[in-house]
Amino acid sequence: MLPDSTARIAVLLSVGQHPLTARPRRADQDARALELALQLPGVEVLPVHAGELNDQNETALRSYLGMGASALKLLPAAEGEDVLPLLQQGLRDLQPDLVLCGKRAEHGESSGLMPYLLAQSLGWPVISGLVEIERLEAGHATVLQALPRGQRRRLRVTLPAVLAMDDAAPAARQSAFGPARRGVLEVEQMVAVAEQGLANLNNLSVLNWQFQPARKRPKRLKIIKATSARDRFKAAAAKAESSGGQVLQGLTPDAAAETILKMLREEGVMNSTHGD
Amino acid sequence: MSTTRRRDPRAERILRNRLHPLHLTLQLQHSGVAEWLGPNGVKRRNPHLVGFIGPNGVRRIDRSGAQSAASQTQVHVTEQDTRRTVQLDHPDHYITVIPDMTGGRLSAADKDLLGLAQRLAAEKPNTAVLVVVFGESKETQLGEAGADRVLTVADPLFQQYSPEQRLAWLLALEQALQPDYWLLPDSGLGGGDLGRRLAVALNVRAATGLWQVNLDGDMPTCVCRAAAATQDLLRDLPRVLLALPECAEPVSETRHEALELDIPVSPAAVNPAIEDLGAVAVDPASVALAEAEFILSGGNGVRDWPGFHQAARVLGATEGASRVAVDDGFMPRDRQVGATGTWVTARVYLAVGISGAIQHLQGIQSCEKVISINTDPGCDMVKRADLAVIGDAAAILQALTEKVGQLKQEVRDVA
Ligand SMILES: Cc1cc2nc3c(=O)[nH]c(=O)nc-3n(C[C@H](O)[C@H](O)[C@H](O)COP(=O)(O)OP(=O)(O)OC[C@H]3O[C@@H](n4cnc5c(N)ncnc54)[C@H](O)[C@@H]3O)c2cc1C
Repeated sequence: MLPDSTARIAVLLSVGQHPLTARPRRADQDARALELALQLPGVEVLPVHAGELNDQNETALRSYLGMGASALKLLPAAEGEDVLPLLQQGLRDLQPDLVLCGKRAEHGESSGLMPYLLAQSLGWPVISGLVEIERLEAGHATVLQALPRGQRRRLRVTLPAVLAMDDAAPAARQSAFGPARRGVLEVEQMVAVAEQGLANLNNLSVLNWQFQPARKRPKRLKIIKATSARDRFKAAAAKAESSGGQVLQGLTPDAAAETILKMLREEGVMNSTHGD
Repeated sequence: MSTTRRRDPRAERILRNRLHPLHLTLQLQHSGVAEWLGPNGVKRRNPHLVGFIGPNGVRRIDRSGAQSAASQTQVHVTEQDTRRTVQLDHPDHYITVIPDMTGGRLSAADKDLLGLAQRLAAEKPNTAVLVVVFGESKETQLGEAGADRVLTVADPLFQQYSPEQRLAWLLALEQALQPDYWLLPDSGLGGGDLGRRLAVALNVRAATGLWQVNLDGDMPTCVCRAAAATQDLLRDLPRVLLALPECAEPVSETRHEALELDIPVSPAAVNPAIEDLGAVAVDPASVALAEAEFILSGGNGVRDWPGFHQAARVLGATEGASRVAVDDGFMPRDRQVGATGTWVTARVYLAVGISGAIQHLQGIQSCEKVISINTDPGCDMVKRADLAVIGDAAAILQALTEKVGQLKQEVRDVA
């Protein structure tokens, strides 16, 4: 599993937000990304954060350092400024083999578009929903992607690539206080040259957008289209009624098993190609 | 039979005249007709003939017509389809929907999305909703769900994860049709992934986590979930929409043509950087019950528990249980399905020896296909099931285990 030269993994770290107290914290998915990178043997981990540095954010950022990274590269940006050009520039300078990041941020628009925008501007492939990196070779990585329902898919991707973490990835370790205090935040001033198209796309000030606390979504009512009172009553007081399913009686166990098997295969839940 | 009602004035006259010599014969012929059209075009009714005599001798009237139809000679109660058929011969505009089609069928979220597409299409005349289906489709109700046009891309490649190739198709569609909107479900992978790729490629700032669209004002707006679902974002309506489930009501009042798209679309060749190496075998026992895709669930009718576990292992199913099986100590508590257990979302639910108590059925409301093995053909689980096999659970499970074992053996021999 040892790559020829040490692979360089940039981990993009943002400041998260606690779901209840709304205090700044390390972002959960980003912390999982850092955890994954720190677990990989023989790689160079390069944590990067783009954004504003103030007292509150600093505690959150330092908690990443408390996970074991010795330094964090900070690309300062004013509040509300688009960080994409900064990151793009920063990554061009760093020349990593892999970029790990969270699937979506914990505040702001949290649209989950950032990994895709970044990948496009760098011209790299992007994979979302990452849970594990199985192998790193020169020019290729074999990774596992989380599918719904606890399933996993193995993918091979050419490097360099942007990989966005899933919530199902292994949980991040605790942050230790001492290393968090000792770690270094390396501030690096950047003059980013924004590309025209992307700059337009991200110019928030011209947009008339409003944020408000999330409203509870209305519960969908069962719409009953019935012509008579009897039908309406029946629909409201519905009990398990035959759904028009097939009832097979008097089959031998063999024939019964055969019909069940047929349905299972039609539904594609039984993968007979997988040996035990 | 023509539907025009032909009156026979002579017969009517005789029927009205009790003293007519033919009155009795004609009345006999007409007896059993509870309703007829009177001479002045007024509907007449014989109340003595309506309804039926219930079990304790009381006359009952069933207004659905089902019962009286059985007792009458000829009353056709045909369910009328009141849905309007929408036909578009030459659409000027298109709205493209790319449903997830998990398991080859439209999911509830996909249908909501099509409902939203039709709502948007109603804003502009002669706008067609185009559904793009990647890979194989088992869905036969695309028209009912709201598809005016369908583009099926049935390359076996699309059974796999192939976002770059899919994107190439969508970009070719963009070239050919310039759709007004692109609608995708904002699901974990599938639409959520492809939609973001598309938005970035089209240089559109997509609306993600969209759950409400407002078309009333002069500018259409939408509401999206933002900041990890703690905030709502009110914004303009972009061309690429990634919508959450229940973003709109599914189509119910119209039926659509679902014609194959007759415009040639030729995607550019891609040199994919991502290669799908296939699914990874996951231990089904480690999958949370609420998430499992295929559940084998046992109840009080299971006697042979080792055989049950063996079957689950061979089928690759996650195990579930009814409350009785749990209370009796055959299964752990966290495997209980139902009102006081887990609400499962499995695509296929195989219930063995479970009677289908209401508390249990509640837990499997959102299962798509239910298969039941039970000795009692009258129980509620059999009524709920899409496929019910009446027979002894132990024998059928054993046969199933053997069959699957054989299949696997064959595959191994071939390989
Ligand atoms: C407040 C409350 C909450 C509850 N919550 C839940 C819940 O969350 N989940 C839950 O499951 N239950 C719940 N219950 C219990 C529920 O009411 C039923 O008692 C229970 O679901 C019945 O389990 P069963 O179907 O396994 O057993 P039974 O009702 O005994 O059914 C056994 C079935 O197996 C069939 N059978 C017998 N022998 C064979 C054979 N050899 N081969 C094939 N079939 C055979 C029988 O025909 C019968 O249909 C709750 C009850 C209460 C009061």
